[in-house]
Amino acid sequence: MSTRIETVAVGAAAEAPPKGRRKLSEGARAERRFGWLLCAPAVIVMIAVTAYPIGYAVYLSLQRYNLAFPNLVHFVGLSNYGAVLSSKYWWHALEVTLAITIISVAIELVLGMLLALLMHRTLFGRGTVRTSALIPYGIVTVAAAYSWQFAWTPGTGYLSGILGQSAPLASTIPAIGVIIMAEVWKTTPFMALLLLAGLALVPEDLQKAAKVDGATAWQRFTRITLPLMKPAILVALLFRTLDAFRIFDNIFILTAGGNGTYSVSILGYDNLFSALNLGVGSAISILIFICVAIIAFLFIKGFGTAAPGSDYLK
Amino acid sequence: MKGGTGHGVSARRGLRPRTRRSRSRFRGLGAAAVGVVLASAALAACGTSSASTGPVTLTYYLYPDTSAATPTAVKACTAQSGGKYTISYQQLPLGSDGQRQQLARRLAAKDASIDIMGLDVTWEAEFAEAGWILPWTGANKQQAENDTLKTMLETATWNGKLYAVPDNTNTQLLWYRSDLVPTPPTTWAQMIADAEQLAKAGKPHLIEIQGAQYEGVTVWFNTMVASAGGSVLTPDGQHVSLGPPAVTALGVMKQLASSVAADPSLDVQMENANRLAMEAGTAAFQLNYPFVYPAMKADNPKLFKYFKWAPYPQTVPGQPAHVTIGGIDLAVSSYSAHPQLAFQAALCLRDRANQLLGATVGGVPPTIISLYNDPKLFAAYPFHADILQALETASVRPKTPSYQILSIDISHLVSPPAGINPAATEKTMASQLNNGLQSKGLIP
Repeated sequence: MSTRIETVAVGAAAEAPPKGRRKLSEGARAERRFGWLLCAPAVIVMIAVTAYPIGYAVYLSLQRYNLAFPNLVHFVGLSNYGAVLSSKYWWHALEVTLAITIISVAIELVLGMLLALLMHRTLFGRGTVRTSALIPYGIVTVAAAYSWQFAWTPGTGYLSGILGQSAPLASTIPAIGVIIMAEVWKTTPFMALLLLAGLALVPEDLQKAAKVDGATAWQRFTRITLPLMKPAILVALLFRTLDAFRIFDNIFILTAGGNGTYSVSILGYDNLFSALNLGVGSAISILIFICVAIIAFLFIKGFGTAAPGSDYLK
Repeated sequence: MKGGTGHGVSARRGLRPRTRRSRSRFRGLGAAAVGVVLASAALAACGTSSASTGPVTLTYYLYPDTSAATPTAVKACTAQSGGKYTISYQQLPLGSDGQRQQLARRLAAKDASIDIMGLDVTWEAEFAEAGWILPWTGANKQQAENDTLKTMLETATWNGKLYAVPDNTNTQLLWYRSDLVPTPPTTWAQMIADAEQLAKAGKPHLIEIQGAQYEGVTVWFNTMVASAGGSVLTPDGQHVSLGPPAVTALGVMKQLASSVAADPSLDVQMENANRLAMEAGTAAFQLNYPFVYPAMKADNPKLFKYFKWAPYPQTVPGQPAHVTIGGIDLAVSSYSAHPQLAFQAALCLRDRANQLLGATVGGVPPTIISLYNDPKLFAAYPFHADILQALETASVRPKTPSYQILSIDISHLVSPPAGINPAATEKTMASQLNNGLQSKGLIP
């Protein structure tokens, strides 16, 4: 435990490596080679199950390929991408997805932090508190989404009843609000858990020292806790942003993308499986993949020195 | 990322003995291998069940029939085959999108475990063009066409060949309250005027129709265009037709949406919500399928006394309406191992006795014309003459392999109906449908 704290606390200092680090000793080189050997089977399997499908999707995205017209399959270059990028449906889906991502992750971060602080300070029944906070995350998303759907349906739902038999799922903005709420309800515990792990890294001694020096609770939180937690916060944000951007199941159950509530993933699904249009559908999938890659890249840049694994990459 | 930290930790701690590592890896591989073997054994077990001696098993994929009609027909046909085949009824998902997706996905992969399937009347062109279903020829074709509704046969025909046999059908009538309107309106304009009169008098006045963004609103639009003398596509299904009849049709839909006759929740309404609104007593008119009749009888016997039907109102005065036809056609898979037996079994499943059963027990109108003059049908279908007339003059939805794309485009352009701008909507629709026919562009 103590060594890990040290690693994080003095991480910045360790970032400027001495020049001699490039020269690895004989033993270290052998160790590294052995490490690669151990990784090899996993790498080969990963290439088979990820690189091949991605490559095939790229290939499909360059064809006119509709399952209903097997005789009309031919190479069309980038025209499927042109069709997607010039479609108002794609840009609408992107707007909806970004709105859901940004709003839900922001709310989750604040609530998750509060929950994490609460769980961190809990003195008794710690296990019970943590377990019960995790329950929403443990519930199957589809099952939870159905219960939200019923709750918001006039006639059968208690939430709809409270708000005077309104039907929020029938119009765009309220439906997106319900989707965000369902996302926040479900994944806040996950965020809290990741942040809790970060909180555990903040040494109690530092807090005490600051207290002795007369720092207020807010100062201790913003000057000590948050900076030391930065890596944990960024990891949590990265995971949740990527997850939220790929949102599918909640929307699929709550509105099935109706009334302009479709995300990019729903749009891809509809074009692949309802229209059976493998060309355009694959182009959408590749564009989603590129968006996800951009998000990941921005976060890794944002991490800067705190990026996980950056010490290893040097 | 986790790998990175993990490496750092293990490097600091030093490596554990190699033997232990490799053994644990071996154990993981062994477990995976056992899993693969078990899974393939299970798959093999599935595959061999139909290859055993004795009667051939024909798998019949159809929507989930909650009544006893389909299981009874399946049993009867198995018995009638004299040991040649056993029909196994497999239920498809409840929603029609899910049904089509499951069938299309499996047929695209040449799945041989489907023999007979119930297709919605809008899928035949797609399945036939893709080569997933077999054409009907010779004696089978003759038997399929004999005494069968012409409009239903048209739904099952693609490129001049018959690809399926009509099983059941359905279409809409005008249902109205005779205590509010003594004589039913014959045109849309008249119906809307009647409703506005009732509204002024403070009486129930709503016109119930399917306005939500789904297949139902496409059906409404198709009925209106066909009744105005037009069509969505040219007869060969290759080009967009629309034009002035479509503008007229859109004009009437818009007129309803902007009048007091429209249900406030028109934008989200489907068939069942229409039925409930009429049963609750807020509506004077309803354009819906005959299932509303027994439902009204059971749910609101008081109103049932005034619950009457009439032909679908005309879009253009003087031109009879052509209501969109619905229903199920039975098709035989191209990948079936026993196509000849499957054709016979399909003919049996939709024979006179089983269609009568479907009509009286299952509540789905038959496709055999002479059944509409069978007194056994009259009790459940007092409106048999009107529904037969509607079916014989019905319109067919655009016949094209791209139907799903077109339907989604149409439903997004005409729903919410208040957002229609007749001339502009027609123009946008023409260009979007044109893209859809060429699998260009996206569907929302």
